[in-house]
Amino acid sequence: MKALLIARRELSAYLRTLSGYVIIAVILALNGLFFNAYALGGASKRSAEVLSQFFYYSSGFTVVASVFISMRLLAEERQTGTLPLLYSSPLRDRDIVLGKFLAGLAFLALYVLCTLYMPLLVLVNGKVSFGHVAAGYLGLLLLGSASLAVGTFGSALARNQLLAAITSAVMLVALILCWLLARITEQPLADVFSAMSLWNQHFPPFQAGLIHVRDVVYYLVVTYVALFASTRVLEARRWR
Amino acid sequence: MIQVEGLTKYYGEHAAIRDLAFTISQGEVIGFLGLNGAGKSTTLKVLGCVLLPTSGRVVIDGHDVVSNAHEVRQRIGYLPDVPPLYEEMTVGEYLTYVAQLRGVTSRDTASRVGEAEEKTGLRDVHGELISTLSHGYRQRVGVAQALVHKPALLILDEPTSGLDPRQIVEMRDVIRGLKGAHTVLVSSHILPEISQTCDRLLIIHKGMLVAQGTEEELAAQMGGRGTIELELRGDRARAVEVLQRFGAVEVDRASDGLVALTVRASPDQRPQVAQAVVGAGLDLLRLDQGAGQLESIFLRLTHGQEVRA
Repeated sequence: MKALLIARRELSAYLRTLSGYVIIAVILALNGLFFNAYALGGASKRSAEVLSQFFYYSSGFTVVASVFISMRLLAEERQTGTLPLLYSSPLRDRDIVLGKFLAGLAFLALYVLCTLYMPLLVLVNGKVSFGHVAAGYLGLLLLGSASLAVGTFGSALARNQLLAAITSAVMLVALILCWLLARITEQPLADVFSAMSLWNQHFPPFQAGLIHVRDVVYYLVVTYVALFASTRVLEARRWR
Repeated sequence: MIQVEGLTKYYGEHAAIRDLAFTISQGEVIGFLGLNGAGKSTTLKVLGCVLLPTSGRVVIDGHDVVSNAHEVRQRIGYLPDVPPLYEEMTVGEYLTYVAQLRGVTSRDTASRVGEAEEKTGLRDVHGELISTLSHGYRQRVGVAQALVHKPALLILDEPTSGLDPRQIVEMRDVIRGLKGAHTVLVSSHILPEISQTCDRLLIIHKGMLVAQGTEEELAAQMGGRGTIELELRGDRARAVEVLQRFGAVEVDRASDGLVALTVRASPDQRPQVAQAVVGAGLDLLRLDQGAGQLESIFLRLTHGQEVRA
């Protein structure tokens, strides 16, 4: 499977260069600060509530991490001129996209794994259900996978990493802000926009420890569509 | 091995190559010659399945690069104008990765990587990070990645660009060493490199194929018996008139009463040419036999307005 080969190389590049660690470290630090200040702080609350708030803040940071992790995926190959190597090798464009995406996902999972100490802290001083933590983390991974796929698309479009990050961020913000559109449009459009929003309707159940099939499907569909679009961008590039 | 018919590639409104047609047979080493911007890289990108043509047909080993690109890719090794290197990998890791990407089985990988390193003289830097390599070594790694899976066709886009003279000689040896095992298509804008390494030349200018053949064939086509180069002071028209009886005259430069010309005549005639120039009352400043035959053919095909007899 060529996609796995590409993923392995990409992942080892993340692990060998400083930028990957810097991204994880900075976002992890911010995530921790928010957890300390907002989830743990304030009036005393129940453990489940703290945990729910932890997932609330982490979801935001996961999206941010996805943007930074995905920006290099394809844009860097283009920037350094290594794309012709992949283009001239016997690979399908979808192998390239999938490999890149999987590497990003693995690295994102590493970040998500690093946040595990926060629920553990809650566990030390309170009571949390394992199911709640598992559901929340599934939500984080699914949200991360969708954001990362959108980021991969941005990275396929852009000429360099900075542009890739900006493009992906704009697309993700637009997706998240769909729920605002839902508030000012009429039915049935309002329902459509509301359902399209990356966060508003689909993440809160995970945050509360609930797994709905429609939310899982939503994130998987976004992932698929964004990766499909990236593949098309790679194909189209050969015509220019 | 390669059949190209009517190959055209537009970038927006601008045609990078127009209506190229040539064939290359198995085992040939072909030099692809042209000035910068002539369309060499574009042509090689199409052959390397990196770029799709606007129109025309390219068939490599019986497979079309548009409709059957996957098959073509299994048979080629392509070095783009910028070597596609991953800085954070060592040479060995990189070549292993490329070999597997191109479908070499994991059992054969180590030996293939070893062979490629042997052919390109990379043995000593096997364990070194690519980011620490000099330009010459990076080019060699670029060539090594193109041949690590033993492709039938090797496409090398300016493998000697940016190398110092010694490295150019070494690279030439590397390319010569590939003869027999692969069909090789190597592009360059540097003549000596090509003329000494290749069986046959394709000369491209402004996106069109202007000549092809062996060095001798090209010389014969151009009616070349060699050239004589002159620099003299005096009237340009008079100089051309005097020199025309020796052969076709090209004026390379003419300014401030100084005229530089190339006469298509055997260098043996230099004494007669000198006498004629002096006899006509022109000041002879320099008289020389023309640069290598190929060089003059190339220059004639690619610039220099001609003044025919």
